Amino acid sequence: MLALESVGYTYAGAGRPALHDVNLELQDGEVVGLVGASEAGKTTLCLVASGLAPRSMGGTLTGRLMLDGVDAAPLAIHQLGERVGIAFASAATQLSGVSGTVYEEVAFGPMNLGLPASDVIARTDRALAALRIGELAGRDPAHLSGGQQQLVAIAGLVALGPAHLVLDEPTAQLDPAGTAMVAEALVRLAADGASILVAEHKTDLLAGICARVVALDAGRILIDGPAADVLGDPRLPELGVVAPAARRLRRAARDVGLPAATLARLEEALA
Amino acid sequence: MPGLALEAVGHVYPGGVRALDGVDLRIELGERVALVGQNGSGKTTLVRHLNGLLRPTSGRVLHDEADVASATVARLARSVGLVFQDPDRQIFAGSVRAEVEFGPRNLGLGGAELAAAVDAALIAVGLAAEARTNPYDLGASRRKLLALASVLAMRTPVLVLDEPTTGQDLRGVATVRRVIDEAHAAGRTVIAVTHDMDFAASAFDRVVVMREGRIILDGPPASVFAESAWDVLRSTYLEPPLAATIGARLGLGATPTDAALLAALAGAA
Repeated sequence: MLALESVGYTYAGAGRPALHDVNLELQDGEVVGLVGASEAGKTTLCLVASGLAPRSMGGTLTGRLMLDGVDAAPLAIHQLGERVGIAFASAATQLSGVSGTVYEEVAFGPMNLGLPASDVIARTDRALAALRIGELAGRDPAHLSGGQQQLVAIAGLVALGPAHLVLDEPTAQLDPAGTAMVAEALVRLAADGASILVAEHKTDLLAGICARVVALDAGRILIDGPAADVLGDPRLPELGVVAPAARRLRRAARDVGLPAATLARLEEALA
Repeated sequence: MPGLALEAVGHVYPGGVRALDGVDLRIELGERVALVGQNGSGKTTLVRHLNGLLRPTSGRVLHDEADVASATVARLARSVGLVFQDPDRQIFAGSVRAEVEFGPRNLGLGGAELAAAVDAALIAVGLAAEARTNPYDLGASRRKLLALASVLAMRTPVLVLDEPTTGQDLRGVATVRRVIDEAHAAGRTVIAVTHDMDFAASAFDRVVVMREGRIILDGPPASVFAESAWDVLRSTYLEPPLAATIGARLGLGATPTDAALLAALAGAA
């Protein structure tokens, strides 16, 4: 379980906190979606949930990040990386840039843990299999599609063996096929027991993979509940969140005052 | 200016990757064109030919029927403003205002004219209150709007936007739509690369679909997203907007946007 307990966070040099009193628990095997307007705190929450803030970027944390019952604050960085991994929108910034093949890229993390070669190989093979990118092992990461690069970046995290994954807009730069690839991979990783926090503007994607969605507003959790409820919440537009396409269509059809029989016909087609 | 035209344009990158493979495309002044297709299908390579950042390795690029092979990027930049996908490849100044001033100043604007162009661009993207802010104190989504403003301020007849809605929330997307509408109302051409089919269908008059460096569909949203085109779309892993799927399911014909679907439903009621 990954838990944020009464978390507040202020960036170094900032006048006011970016997060206020955030309480959030992710169970193992759970995919939780994170939505909110730009600058509502989604990225900050991802940085805190992964332990990167304040560790790597300074700033002030109040409250605690707990990983499987252990306070993350005193953990060494390699211990942290074995418990929680973070991925960003741009796989290009995430990949090491020093690996000639996908295999070496995915092995990079475990190698840096100083594990015996046989363990590194086992972890790398397992991560490639979990993301179903074994056939890319010999390819140059720089010459893959955006979707494939993002899968390689996530495999690199998985090879470190974390029980928890945090992804900040992992599909922002991807085409529809690449987006679907990442979505399927997240569902499989959760089925294997990972708890996953995924910040996204693409609510259609979240509707497909999350059981639960959290909406942030001005650094606070405003809504936290089953995905179907949160993604259908009438407050989403005021929060700056684009509702899933089917929700938008339903609402617009009601707003223009279509007769009940027509609404029923639309509902049937949407089902 | 300018009608833009690409005639049998091919582009092979050093190293041998063929990014464009015989592209013929004419875009008239005032058109709104969305360019869609998979990552790596050649969309970005194509738009970089419009302002000379890339030159065709075969074929020709024309502005107003004249081959621009010998025109400098500096000259072409007066006609075609290009906003990159990643704002951080573009932003360099110490304040939002200085960033937006750079382009029009280089085009020779000064004094009140320069100030007016900058003010209008900042208002258009909702950053008027941030004129003195350091660009890197803005979040990623507002830096992206800043990059848009800095090209808007150049008042080029053609505006090219590479994935303008990526990373934008509801308000950011609405801002981008408003910028496109205003540019269109002012008679400018708007060309955008996008992965968002709802956006392509609802904010543009014409959708061009690319696959492996070629154009495979080109027409108004109602025809590109019509049921008869779905096989071609799916050949490159694109799905039509939900409204188009529902309209076809209900036998209402081509309804590429929510508005078109609702109108068809109201008409059938």
